[in-house]
Amino acid sequence: MTNHWIDLRNSDCILVMGSNVASNHPIAMKWIQKAKDKGTKLISVDPRFTQTSARADIYASLRSGTDIPFLGGMIKYLLDNDKIEKDYVVNYTNASFIVGDKFDFADGLFSGYDPEKRSYDKSLWAFVKDDKGLVAKDPTLENPKCVYQLLKKHYSRYDIDLVSSITGTPKEDLLKVWETYAQTSSKDKAGTILYAMGWTQHTVGVQNIRTMAIIQLLLGNMGVAGGGVNALRGESNVQGSTDQALLFHILPGYLRMPSADLATLEDYKKAITPKTADPMSANWWQNGPKYAVSLLKSFWGEKATAENDFGYGWLPKLDVGQNCSWLNLFDDMYNGKIKGFFAWGQNPACSSANAHKVRQALGKLDWLVNINIFDNETGSFWKGPGMDPKSIKTEVFMLPCAASVEKEGSISNSGRWAQWRYKAGNAPGMAKPDGDILADLFVKIRDLYKKGGKHPEPILNLKWDYVDKKGHFDPHLVAKEINGYFLKDIKIGDKEYKKGDLVPGFALLQADGSTSSGNWLYCQSYNADGNNMARRKKDDPTGLGLYPQWAWAWPVNRRILYNRASVDLNGQPNNPARPVVKWVDGKWVGDVPDGPWPPMADKEKGKLPFIMKPDGVASIFGPGLNDGPFPEHYEPLECPVPSNALSKQFINPTIKIFKGEKDQHLTCDPRFPFVGTTYRVTEHWQTGLMTRWQPWLIEAEPQMFVEMSEELAQLRGIKNGEKVKVSSVRGEVEAVAMVTTRFKPFKIGDITVHEVGMPWCFGWITPKDGGESVNLLTPNVGDPNTMIPESKAFMVNVTKIEGGSKNV
Amino acid sequence: MTVTRRDFFKISGAVGAGLALSSLGVDLQTAKAYAQELKKIDKMKTAKQSTSICAYCGVGCGLLCSTDSKTNKIINIEGDPDHPINEGALCAKGAATFQFTAANPDRLKKVLYRAPGSDKWQEKSWDWALSEIAKRVKATRDATFIEKNAKGQVVNRTDAIAHIGSAALDNEELWPLQAAMRALGLVYIEHQARI
Repeated sequence: MTNHWIDLRNSDCILVMGSNVASNHPIAMKWIQKAKDKGTKLISVDPRFTQTSARADIYASLRSGTDIPFLGGMIKYLLDNDKIEKDYVVNYTNASFIVGDKFDFADGLFSGYDPEKRSYDKSLWAFVKDDKGLVAKDPTLENPKCVYQLLKKHYSRYDIDLVSSITGTPKEDLLKVWETYAQTSSKDKAGTILYAMGWTQHTVGVQNIRTMAIIQLLLGNMGVAGGGVNALRGESNVQGSTDQALLFHILPGYLRMPSADLATLEDYKKAITPKTADPMSANWWQNGPKYAVSLLKSFWGEKATAENDFGYGWLPKLDVGQNCSWLNLFDDMYNGKIKGFFAWGQNPACSSANAHKVRQALGKLDWLVNINIFDNETGSFWKGPGMDPKSIKTEVFMLPCAASVEKEGSISNSGRWAQWRYKAGNAPGMAKPDGDILADLFVKIRDLYKKGGKHPEPILNLKWDYVDKKGHFDPHLVAKEINGYFLKDIKIGDKEYKKGDLVPGFALLQADGSTSSGNWLYCQSYNADGNNMARRKKDDPTGLGLYPQWAWAWPVNRRILYNRASVDLNGQPNNPARPVVKWVDGKWVGDVPDGPWPPMADKEKGKLPFIMKPDGVASIFGPGLNDGPFPEHYEPLECPVPSNALSKQFINPTIKIFKGEKDQHLTCDPRFPFVGTTYRVTEHWQTGLMTRWQPWLIEAEPQMFVEMSEELAQLRGIKNGEKVKVSSVRGEVEAVAMVTTRFKPFKIGDITVHEVGMPWCFGWITPKDGGESVNLLTPNVGDPNTMIPESKAFMVNVTKIEGGSKNV
Repeated sequence: MTVTRRDFFKISGAVGAGLALSSLGVDLQTAKAYAQELKKIDKMKTAKQSTSICAYCGVGCGLLCSTDSKTNKIINIEGDPDHPINEGALCAKGAATFQFTAANPDRLKKVLYRAPGSDKWQEKSWDWALSEIAKRVKATRDATFIEKNAKGQVVNRTDAIAHIGSAALDNEELWPLQAAMRALGLVYIEHQARI
């Protein structure tokens, strides 16, 4: 989230699209209700009439996978009716930038497409630059090659009739949503978007979010209280686990993972340092080398020296273009390339798209280490449905770990608040905190390498001193390491720091090895003031609910990102009723500003507000994405319509299509005529591996169901509560039919499209007869930028199980 | 711990509601809850409190955990009324947090091992399991380690060991976890954020 949960109360219009906040983040509704109490409009756009829809002022339905037409139509509406915040668009976005002549778009494809490689040459989308390297601009926004005019041209095709015929949304509902949300173009109104996996789990996932980001920029809704682009994180620490880089493509703090072409630290530093010729751009990532060297010092401690490139060579390197993301990982496992596997606090046998392929892949491993608080379908895969234990050679180690309340440490919520939690009691039996399991295991591995082995240096040199005197893992020692230390006596400005002092904040990190920091973004979380993540003071000086002394938010305790975009060029709030930051008597007051510089009216010292972008402005035109600088509608890999009504390009031209025996997909096939989608229920979490073992929760939600419209039920002769089979080309699950009015058939051009929805919280291990994972049905195809699978739109069939008992 | 005035009203309020309903003979469950509440008061006389954050979604609601001082067992978990986000409220999952503590008989309590081709688990010690895993890691890593790729560039990695997880761990566990995996040369490192 660019903003945070309590800030929802500051919004004037809350659009919930691609999420069902009432069911899946129920306590957030407290703040949405507070907003509604003062007149805020709540809009719910969803294929299904959800619990959120039930609370909404406006509900609009759409067929799964058609968010870009819905929002592209809104962009056209905003531009046609001049419902934009002009100053904001001109000053804080790249709307005025001139795009080069090589950029083009025709019939669904941008220029530079290579059908063989299924990828674009993005250099064709570059901006025009002068000989000093400055981007050419037209602040009048009239130049036909400026981003604003190209945007207008691109979305001129998304007229309401066409949009309605793709999304299945009635025209009057489209208009109602567009008109209502457009009212936030006024400077004193803020609109916010709440999205979740309903947007990410598509082959156009990133572009779904981009479309809304463009809308938020046109309306001046970024950086303001009650605004922002807010991803509702589904796990308690998925923000933290992303920040700490449990992902193949990044190192902690969003530093890029080194690749083989970057042989030396110098190469790496150059690659992570973006350039800008614009003196008004802070270009914050130019500090990357300081963060990288400080990170290496945290990795290798005293073993990292200037002479040995601070141990840069000990980090593994990806081949250029090597993509080790989830779907590829399990594809490589299925193909026998991966021999050993740690599933640590995960249940891929149920959570992964095309889960049957994953279950087969687990059987091809030499060894599997499964660490969890309950037994799950992954650790016990070898005795699952259809498995013959005798023929499965995989050795499995199942290790019991402590639950959240049985250990101490911090987690980062969706609003980037790192909050400390304490140990309340002991874990049962032999179960141990994950930190202890890891600490002990690594020491055992290291001991083996002390006697020899391949390339032992990184293992022997890793700084590994995170246990207390009794040998127990100590989270405080790591928290301090993540924050970072001064490694020698140093004077910065007029302040002196001693070796061993904690670094006060990331502005003081150095690239010469004199500081360490495991994650620059968390520098300040644990410093001379103490453990800031454990703070519990509830002062609220701005009155906006920022609670700056409650816990700690990255970066530098900033509660609303890009908050200097909430003020005019003189530093005065665009909305004086809800000032996030304000320039008063030569300094900023309010939230921690996005940098210390004076307002932009100061032509010498002022800086543009979007400091993480090399240009200093937000990107309406996004030339860095793999599937195009403007979002364009493509149908899901599996869809119910024979063509894309917007162009000849049927599906996203840049997605990777797996071609193995287990990688089946079928589109517009009469055997699988209905759109399928997935969602959660309040009572279960993720695959249910934690909640299905709890009697209170399993009593409330005991078994797999499939929700369908009355019309579809009639078509298939299914009554509410009857057992049915839901199948896709990849597998089938049994479910109880839940016949409701919450789904309605869509009118897509001349055809009627039915959609069904299923929760993904079940699995064979428990409860007995509770049903199987819906991910046996979902396709293993991903977004071309993130490789997040398309679990929200795929094709299924639903049939009654004759003789199946009625079970309600 | 002393029961604060607010806690007292919270508990007595629940008791009162339970009494009113059971006296009408409508809901036996409520009567049972009433009995449980009485026991809770007794237990909470000797309980110590600590705060936590909910383990489920990304809202980050505050929890208040009560631990029996004598047995060191968690006896109750409820919403933290001082927490600015949830102000004491919890959803169905958060309110059931107690059920994933040691009080749940289905928690994994033993280190288990399944041998190739076997149809059952064997109980093992931590020392045995971690030693054996360490040996597997070393054997696989050493057999598959790539010092240079096809282009002759130094890569120092193994593509034959993968790790996933986890958004359920604490930041202080995650940082050394990624560091250890990268020190071993793993590049297949992923977790829930990708799905």
